[in-house]
Amino acid sequence: MGRIAAGLADPVHDAQMQFRDLLWAMSRPGSVVVLRGGLPAPPEPLVPAAYALLLGLVDGESPVWLDGDHPDASRSIRFHTGASMVAEPGQAAFAVVTRASGLLPLERFAQGSHDYPDRSCTVILQVDHLAAGAGLKLRGPGIAGTARLEIGGAPEGLVPGLQANRRRFPLGVDLVLAAGRSIACLPRSTDVEA
Amino acid sequence: MTELPSLRVRWLQALALASDAEAERFGQSFGVGDAAFELLRAPEVGLVMARGRAGGTGTAFNLGEVTVTRCAVRSSGDRIGIGWVQGRRLERARLIARLDALLQSAPSKAVDAAVTELEAARAERQAATARKAGATRVEFFTLVRGED
Repeated sequence: MGRIAAGLADPVHDAQMQFRDLLWAMSRPGSVVVLRGGLPAPPEPLVPAAYALLLGLVDGESPVWLDGDHPDASRSIRFHTGASMVAEPGQAAFAVVTRASGLLPLERFAQGSHDYPDRSCTVILQVDHLAAGAGLKLRGPGIAGTARLEIGGAPEGLVPGLQANRRRFPLGVDLVLAAGRSIACLPRSTDVEA
Repeated sequence: MTELPSLRVRWLQALALASDAEAERFGQSFGVGDAAFELLRAPEVGLVMARGRAGGTGTAFNLGEVTVTRCAVRSSGDRIGIGWVQGRRLERARLIARLDALLQSAPSKAVDAAVTELEAARAERQAATARKAGATRVEFFTLVRGED
């Protein structure tokens, strides 16, 4: 069955603030943003930032895929958002990868179509820590020159996967990295270099 | 335990339809103020679509949207309580949710008696309204005009 975790204490304001933070992070790839507002204690095995973003973004019309059997997380998300859980990653509007080893090839997620590139999946990847200023070299829209992002506990094959994702533009998935309360984004428009 | 679901439905309905004083008294008698609860879903106001059937048997149609308040809590005994009430009544939704969690582990005899009392009070209120309306009823009589 799973145990239901508490939702946002102040749903309207917290979700708005966190959506703004996500928007900011997505438009400036590689910058590390600490989510503002109240972050509820997440159900196993989600981190606070990933859980809060799901509560704010997901609704009954956006199917969610989790990387495995996580009864607490799945029941909490269904209870608070009304979203359905899907077993097939290609059907999900939002996907959560809780363990770095669980990341599938990115092309298995919905890529959108040439008519509707927005019908693609947003993948939330949980990592150990995030730090700007070192690590991967990023270039692209929203970045003045280059930016650097260090991803602690990144899954193997992430960089080649992101490069392949970039080549599929305007199709492809957008990646949100979550560590604790912090997030960083790697949209499909960003060039990534190890 | 087989009768538990129906009793739960009865208390959820009775508490949503009770007057403020009745609901408060009911809550006090079950010690709702002393128990600890974790808020799962803070009381929130929204709309639900009320549907009806013409004459009770026709095809369903959308009657209109109704304002409701809902809330969900978890008791220290790990029971999840939900509260739904018509209108913008945050405190009532919270009270119902707390009581719902609490009553699930309360002895059903005492709960049954208290719920029956609420239901009787509501029936009495309805009867009073019906009497008041009934007193103003006008009966119309016409003479047969022989048209048919």
